[in-house]
Amino acid sequence: MEILFYIFATLTLLCGLLVVFNPFSRNPVTSAMFLVLTIICMSGLFVLLQAYFLAAVQILVYAGAVIVLFLFVIMLLDVKEEERRRFQKFGTFLGFAAVAGLGAIIINTIGQSGIGEALTAKGAGETKELGKLLFTEYVLPFEIISVLLLVAMVGCILLSKRDESKEAEAE
Amino acid sequence: MNIGLEHYLIVSVALFCLGLLGVIIRRNLIVMYMGLELMLNAANLALVAFSHFRDNLDGQILVFFIITVAAAEVTVGLALIVALYRKRHTTDVTDLTSMKL
Repeated sequence: MEILFYIFATLTLLCGLLVVFNPFSRNPVTSAMFLVLTIICMSGLFVLLQAYFLAAVQILVYAGAVIVLFLFVIMLLDVKEEERRRFQKFGTFLGFAAVAGLGAIIINTIGQSGIGEALTAKGAGETKELGKLLFTEYVLPFEIISVLLLVAMVGCILLSKRDESKEAEAE
Repeated sequence: MNIGLEHYLIVSVALFCLGLLGVIIRRNLIVMYMGLELMLNAANLALVAFSHFRDNLDGQILVFFIITVAAAEVTVGLALIVALYRKRHTTDVTDLTSMKL
């Protein structure tokens, strides 16, 4: 079990790093492919945490739908490789410093809180229990989420529709 | 050595930092969106870890909702990028300077 955690954690972080900085290619398609690998390794971590349903949902929704959407948009826009522009040294350095500071603060907080010793109970995340909870206590948020998905769908159609009145004017 | 909550939290923090770095440093709008996805996933990992170690399923329900909202967010965001590309023919943020003084 422990060796599996280290394997999945290392792979997740490595693929996440390759999404952001790939020394070999700056093509968005490569980033999207490494994002798929990150998601799959992370669902392995979910399995180790006994969240089997979420591991399946993670692969289905992220690897199956979200990344396909990304690839579809990349294809639609025909994005060329990001040409290496004038390297913004100052901005990159500042970004690194800010993010490193944030990470150091959070990791320090986790270390000082002693949360690992306080919480060691092993919970079993059964899918049956999850479903019961979802349709009893959390049924209102569940319905609101469906409305949100409808709104997103309508908004997406509206945004990607061509402006017909303007085209008619141009003619 | 036993794997505790801290291990998962540290992985989550590292992944969040990677996503944030991607949003700050990369200039392509689509890759910046991928950074956002990484950050959302890091939050999911932290929530699932807390849920497991606290023996409480509320965290997993929240992760379920976050995944759904992230999917909706990506749909709208990518539609916005496509609309922007139609007008400006670029996905590079350094070219979008019309609000600059």
